[in-house]
Amino acid sequence: MTFRIDPQLELVFGGVIALLALSSAIGFVIKLVVRDPAAQNTIDNLNKRIRAWWVMCVIFALTLSIGPIGSLVLFGLISFLALREYITLVPTRRADHHTLFWTFFVFTPLQYYLIGIKWLGFMIVIPVYAFLFIPAAMALAGDTKSFLERAAKIQWGLMICVYCLSYAPALLALEVHGYGPNAKLLLYLVIVEQLSDVLQYVWGKLAGRHKISPEVSPNKTWEGFAGGVLSATAVGTALWWMTPFSPWAAAAISLAITLMGFAGGLVMSAIKRDRGVKDYGTLIEGHGGILDRMDSMIFAAPVFFHIVRFFYGL
Amino acid sequence: MSAHPLAGAIAGAARIVSGAHVTWLDSPPEPGQTVYFANHTSHLDFIVLWSSLPAALREQTRPIAAQDYWERGLRRVLAVDVFNALLVRRRHSAGSDSGNAGEARETIAEIAAAMGEHTSLIIFPEGTRGTGEEVAPFKSGLYYLCREKPGLRLVPAYIHNMNRILPKGEFLPVPVISQVTFGAPMSAGPAESKAEFLTRARDAVCRLKPE
Repeated sequence: MTFRIDPQLELVFGGVIALLALSSAIGFVIKLVVRDPAAQNTIDNLNKRIRAWWVMCVIFALTLSIGPIGSLVLFGLISFLALREYITLVPTRRADHHTLFWTFFVFTPLQYYLIGIKWLGFMIVIPVYAFLFIPAAMALAGDTKSFLERAAKIQWGLMICVYCLSYAPALLALEVHGYGPNAKLLLYLVIVEQLSDVLQYVWGKLAGRHKISPEVSPNKTWEGFAGGVLSATAVGTALWWMTPFSPWAAAAISLAITLMGFAGGLVMSAIKRDRGVKDYGTLIEGHGGILDRMDSMIFAAPVFFHIVRFFYGL
Repeated sequence: MSAHPLAGAIAGAARIVSGAHVTWLDSPPEPGQTVYFANHTSHLDFIVLWSSLPAALREQTRPIAAQDYWERGLRRVLAVDVFNALLVRRRHSAGSDSGNAGEARETIAEIAAAMGEHTSLIIFPEGTRGTGEEVAPFKSGLYYLCREKPGLRLVPAYIHNMNRILPKGEFLPVPVISQVTFGAPMSAGPAESKAEFLTRARDAVCRLKPE
């Protein structure tokens, strides 16, 4: 693996940093100008979110520049912390202890190891082997109370926090004809997907009127959804030159990323409502937990990976 | 007294494993002799509770540990050398009014003497680790300690989720996020009976349970 920063990567990261600088400036000005006490909470939260974005951007840029191993370790850690937030929230029983240990310390590292050695069998290890292992281990432990529920909760946790998320660094293991480095694909996915989240939030705050699903996610509005999805798709289309896609394909793929991201946000909110909490954790200031930030990535990453692999892979 | 260098490292590691989230519900931590008492479900309880205290308070705070369990081998190194634990003899009749009560009070008097004027303690008055579902009735040691040292400041704490991280009988941890919640300081009333006090102390811990 040659150690070389791609000029397109530098350019796009430059753009992201300019965007963050602009956001910080806007946040600063809003804080000075708006005197309405009712709006202060929203503004403080906004500024916290922007500060957290700086930190996340620096961490992501550093790990991406180290090479595939950096992204693997980063996403492996994110999966671990996400699974931790998830399992904390979901009730388990004493008899699940060993199964949980395997989930955290065997299946999670194994998944990232397999991606690290570029073995595409990583796609079946969790859905087949872990899926069967978990109920078997639980049955051996002998506690049958809510057996099906408990098994499903652990399987689903492994599925969303580890399996789905691991598709993001798996992009680096793909072979795309005449294209590279694949770090650009990962960056593209992260930009479109996270920007879609941010723009849905911004459009929702500015123009949101009609709630999509008040019981699941009180802040999601049709205006925010449409504005966010369309503008993020526009940005994704405009960035086609950093991908192997044509502009039209970039538009369609960006739309798929944003729609999957939206579905992810909704599903992860539904789990939170079911458990009666507002956030998954407190790790990222202003955003909540890791899972609150990764909810749309969980749904977007596998679909993006398979689209790229099917249409552009060697 | 300064803490063993390993103590800080172990406490840091335990805090990372347990992800402990610390809240002081009613008042901020205060220096001064205090007995912190909490529910007990895991060997990590002491370390997590201890590491939840501000560094300055940690140095003056010692755990109490059962001699029969902690006096041998590696356990002894950990308990005595690293964490400077006060080892006490455990009696299975503690809390009853049987003939052993006098002996129990003798032990309490030794503890009170070892505390002096500055040492704070961490006590798990259930006496043994539970499953995490219910807080067991408290043993009477806490009450007798308050009688030995009138006006002693007590701070209740609830340690949440440690039974999921490292339950009794396991040695491999599962890294669920735990929570330590400290409640308002209290002390034993001069006329309060043993049963009244122990119930009140247990309620003070149970009230801190998140849900």
